[in-house]
Amino acid sequence: MSDSTLDLRGVMCPINFVKTKLKLESMEPGEVLEVILDSGDPIQNVPKSIKEEGHKIVEVKKEGDFFRIKVQRN
Amino acid sequence: MTDHFIEDKTTKVNVSVDGAATQKVDFNDLKSGGFIKQRQKDLFTVRLRCPGGKLTTEKLLEISKIAHKYSKKGVVHFSFRQSLEILYVDYKEFGNIVAELEKIGQKVASCGPRVRVPTACGGCEYNPNGLTDTQKMADMVDKTFFGTPTPHKFKTSFSGCPIDCARTKEMDFGFQGVVDPKWEEEACTGCTICAEACKEDAIASDPDTGKPIFDPVKCIFCGDCIRACPTEAWKPKRYGHTVRIGGKHGRHPMEAVEVCNFLPDEKVADAIKMTIDWYNANGKRGERIGNALKRVGLESYLKHMEPVFKSSKA
Ligand code: HEM
Ligand code: SF4
Ligand code: SF4
Ligand code: SF4
Repeated sequence: MSDSTLDLRGVMCPINFVKTKLKLESMEPGEVLEVILDSGDPIQNVPKSIKEEGHKIVEVKKEGDFFRIKVQRN
Repeated sequence: MTDHFIEDKTTKVNVSVDGAATQKVDFNDLKSGGFIKQRQKDLFTVRLRCPGGKLTTEKLLEISKIAHKYSKKGVVHFSFRQSLEILYVDYKEFGNIVAELEKIGQKVASCGPRVRVPTACGGCEYNPNGLTDTQKMADMVDKTFFGTPTPHKFKTSFSGCPIDCARTKEMDFGFQGVVDPKWEEEACTGCTICAEACKEDAIASDPDTGKPIFDPVKCIFCGDCIRACPTEAWKPKRYGHTVRIGGKHGRHPMEAVEVCNFLPDEKVADAIKMTIDWYNANGKRGERIGNALKRVGLESYLKHMEPVFKSSKA
């Protein structure tokens, strides 16, 4: 289960990543954030950047035109 | 191999500055050393040597002071090959400006038929897409080969990845970073992110398992899949440079041809040295290496390069 959800559909790169990052930073280590991302640029870029910040992507689900990913804060 | 043509000053002339102190001006510098005549009488552009377009802020501060002192209009310009140019410098001040630049360890660039200052993007040091240390490579080429005489100008560049910001396809000799992705099934959860991340359609997702189906023919070795995969199921097998030769821009642009893939860092210097040897043996005066290759034939070059290139075959 996730501790929080961010619906980033319609939010452009890199603002979607910045919002994810800020949200994660407000959370406790180990907590899980669910992020909803559009396919295309967002799903191509945001998971890479999340990984580079040291957080862990623990689950990815494709739902039609968007992705629901779960990120565990480092 | 270094810039002896700048240091071996022979034709020094005394120039009197405002009738006061006299100083020596080396007119050889005017041809070889990055001093470019401007439209304005007596005024020249002084082009600095900035491999990879990188400068320490400390040096930049010192350069600013010198530029402010010697530019009659107080302006600098970024050259199209990443070097800083001080504009509107009176030729009578060459001795002084060179001496002041030397004091802070800043060299002047070169023009003419020789190896030019290498250009490079940010590469893997700080660029998220970077696969190779382009800045380190540019520094090595600058130190080892800058100024080496060749039949015509010889321009090199380093791009950190296939986006190719440093335009290796337009260089006499260009190096572009690549990574060979390798997939390990055990770690894969079938999340399909890699198929989304690949912009080349080289990865399709298995409709049942979500696991990647890889098409090596479409892969351009960018590493996006490796960076996107949440479980490290995609891993880098090896890094290297795609090597391109014979490109140029100018009046008659030519696209470089790819001659090697996955050349490792430690073979770049050998590749450049051997290529310069081939060029000096086969190129005519005033002929770019791309034209020499067209005239003499690519096979001659590839045969010459075999000892360096052969080990890097995929
Ligand atoms: C996390 C956010 C981002 C990062 C880390 C990033 C990074 C980069 C890098 C490293 C380059 C290479 C080009 C260079 O160095 O000059 C680049 C190119 C580019 N970026 Fe971004 N970027 C981001 C977001 C964006 C966004 C939001 C847009 C537009 C809406 C954008 C549009 C472009 C374009 C058009 C290019 C040129 C690509 C090309 O010529 O092939 N980028 N970006
Ligand atoms: S070539 Fe690649 S590594 Fe270099 S600046 Fe462009 S995107 Fe970044
Ligand atoms: S390296 Fe780049 S082109 Fe090749 S499969 Fe991975 S993402 Fe696609
Ligand atoms: S991104 Fe990684 S885990 Fe997801 S499908 Fe591709 S290889 Fe498997």
